[in-house]
Amino acid sequence: MAETEERLRRTMMFVPGNNPAMVKDAGIYGADSIMFDLEDAVSMAEKDTARALVYEALKSQDYGNAELVVRINGDDTPYYHNDIKAMVKAGIDVIRLPKTETAEMIKTLEADVLAAEKEFGREEGSTHLMAAIESAKGVLNAPAIAAASDRMIGIALSAEDYTTDMKTHRYPDGAELEFARNMVLHAARAAGIAAFDTVFTNMDDTEGFYRETRYIHQLGFDGKSLVNPRQIAMVNEVYQPTAKEIANAKNVINAIEEARIKGSGVISMNGQMVDRPVVLRAQRVMRLAKASHLVDEEGNTIEK
Amino acid sequence: MKNNVNRELPDDVMNALDYQPYQTTNIGNPDIQRVAPSVHVQTGDDKLVDSIEDVVKATVKDGMTISFHHHFRNGDFVFNKVMRVIIDAGIKNLTLAPSSLTGVMNDMVIEAIKAGTVTNITSSGMRGSLGDFVSHGNLKNPVIFRSHGDRARAIEHGDIKIDVAFLGVPNADKLGNANGMDGKAVFGSLGYALMDAQYANKVVLLTDNLMPYPNTPASIKQTQVDYVVQVDQVGDPDKIGSGATRFTKDPKELKIASTVNDVIVNSPYFKDGFSFQTGSGGAALAVTRYLRQAMIDNKIKASFALGGITKPTTDLLNEGLIDRVMDVQDFDKGAADSMHTNPKQQEIDASWYADPDNKGAMVDQLDVVILSALEIDTKFNVNVMTGSDGVIRGAVGGHQDAATAKLTIISAPLVRGRIATVVPDVTTVVTPGDSIDVLVTEYGIAINPKRKDLQESLGHLAGVPVYTIDELQKMAAAKVGTPKPLEFTDRTVALVEYRDGSVIDAIHEVKD
Repeated sequence: MAETEERLRRTMMFVPGNNPAMVKDAGIYGADSIMFDLEDAVSMAEKDTARALVYEALKSQDYGNAELVVRINGDDTPYYHNDIKAMVKAGIDVIRLPKTETAEMIKTLEADVLAAEKEFGREEGSTHLMAAIESAKGVLNAPAIAAASDRMIGIALSAEDYTTDMKTHRYPDGAELEFARNMVLHAARAAGIAAFDTVFTNMDDTEGFYRETRYIHQLGFDGKSLVNPRQIAMVNEVYQPTAKEIANAKNVINAIEEARIKGSGVISMNGQMVDRPVVLRAQRVMRLAKASHLVDEEGNTIEK
Repeated sequence: MKNNVNRELPDDVMNALDYQPYQTTNIGNPDIQRVAPSVHVQTGDDKLVDSIEDVVKATVKDGMTISFHHHFRNGDFVFNKVMRVIIDAGIKNLTLAPSSLTGVMNDMVIEAIKAGTVTNITSSGMRGSLGDFVSHGNLKNPVIFRSHGDRARAIEHGDIKIDVAFLGVPNADKLGNANGMDGKAVFGSLGYALMDAQYANKVVLLTDNLMPYPNTPASIKQTQVDYVVQVDQVGDPDKIGSGATRFTKDPKELKIASTVNDVIVNSPYFKDGFSFQTGSGGAALAVTRYLRQAMIDNKIKASFALGGITKPTTDLLNEGLIDRVMDVQDFDKGAADSMHTNPKQQEIDASWYADPDNKGAMVDQLDVVILSALEIDTKFNVNVMTGSDGVIRGAVGGHQDAATAKLTIISAPLVRGRIATVVPDVTTVVTPGDSIDVLVTEYGIAINPKRKDLQESLGHLAGVPVYTIDELQKMAAAKVGTPKPLEFTDRTVALVEYRDGSVIDAIHEVKD
């Protein structure tokens, strides 16, 4: 795992790398991660200009606390190496490899990124990686891909290419994605990295978007890839903890604090021992509550 | 001389026109004297005239002031029909004093200026080719820009003395009883035209829909009208309004609108019986939608909505969330139709709406207003008149008037394309920073430091970052850079009045 402190990744917003207005405004919507796309959103004629635009934006624009991701072109294209060099030089947080099918592809990317870090004097290991899984082969190799590098922070399912590969298409109930979602999610969890669900493109079907988001939230995904900033508030709403969850999490946090003050190694609450998973869940609930503006930095409930 | 927003005003023009520099937003309690029009007495049996030519011959003389309203907006046929006849009649040196000038009038105004027919203009605004023409020094005398409330004030004071008002209406009877609600080219409220009907020496109605006498409800009354001219068509209904108003899907506009809503809802003014005014832009309409939900959630109802009205606002009226709509103009057909059916939608004239020299105007009672800006500077001064190239391309509208509300919110993006909206100094001051309370951008808000109470109530909203306006200006500059200063000549092409009739800024000829 690339980071010790787990960060929230509820929303990964796609931003076409060739659209100056959208690149400039990407920081205002409160996405946890912003993914600048140099790949499918950008036509061949604009590959170089999009790379230059995203590079300049990364050097000059303030995106606040958002994690900055770039989707580069694959290693079967002439843009792959220049994409890596420019993005590493600009100090991108995460490089996302499209159409990942094997752990080898990640190991190759890792070597290319390391070379770029050396070339441009970036701290070695500072550029994180993630993989997009877009085929049957990728799904079956997901556990190896997720564990292929210490730089990996997450893997994402990309359903459009995947369903085509599976000789089907997307259905409202998502049954065609059941296996892939569970594979990707388990691969991520086994490797200790984040799992991102695929995009939902029909902006007019709000109900369908909520249904799918509730479903992947229930499965345990960290969050969802998004094509429109208007979806951010909807995802955050689904991931927002309930008042009861927050109250319970606060009790756990208080118990931890009490144990710390007492110098006790055992955390107990209402006479019961508190297990490590309970602690982790409580910490995640408090992070979500803070991000949803339900509690302040000190954990006090904000009156609405 | 300099005025109180630090604008250098041209002494020669100021003295020649006997103007005072802007001092303060405070109107005070002066005693003023209003004027009255002359009346040519008749029984009303001979008002119907066959042609515009005949009525122009009978009424318009060299050097007069003539007026029009702009309720037909870009669907207006009346202005061009009448001006064609006036130019062809060889009449010279007229002052044009419409409530505003819309794009469809531009070519005719330019022709009238070139022909010497029009030598002076006062208007709420101008855009497109006419703004460009004037900004390049092609009109000898400076244009006087006035807000809707200031125009009402100037008419009542006699600063604007209208000799002949040509008012297009979608219906009228033979004596001149008319309203804006029935007929083919309906626009709803006649708010701005009511001033002309009341104060012009000669009032000419033009209509394509002659109704049986007496025609009611009558907004313009037979006691005010001298002539009624039948024409084939007064306007193009498709171009008067935007039809069914659609909500924006632009995520940036929605983000700004939702922040505006957060500001309103968390302000001390959001309580039962509050009042508000929104504009007609995409973000303003979206604010109305968010506000509707907030009103339902908090069980709050508004006592009135004011100003230029859109269908989303009349929907709130019909839903019972607003008790009255005080309507000076309608921006779409939905709002115009609603005036017809809902007696709680009251037509008001420009004086009732916003004239500062009054025994009480509606804007004086207004709690919350959302306004736009082409530019806003670090003193919170707002420009809605000149573009980033210094060329006239806007209108004062009701901006200065409504900005006197208790909570005045400017909603504007930090930058538009490569042009900063938040700047060190606006190109033209239209509305003084003293009347602006909060700026809402997509990056966060800035609160006027003079409003300590609002710093308190709005300073710590979840998800709404608060910056100083200087910080926002620096953010904008960091994004788009610092442009070269605009270059102007010494020639004054327009003066912008504040609503009390003082001069808040001068606009100069652009140097190309």
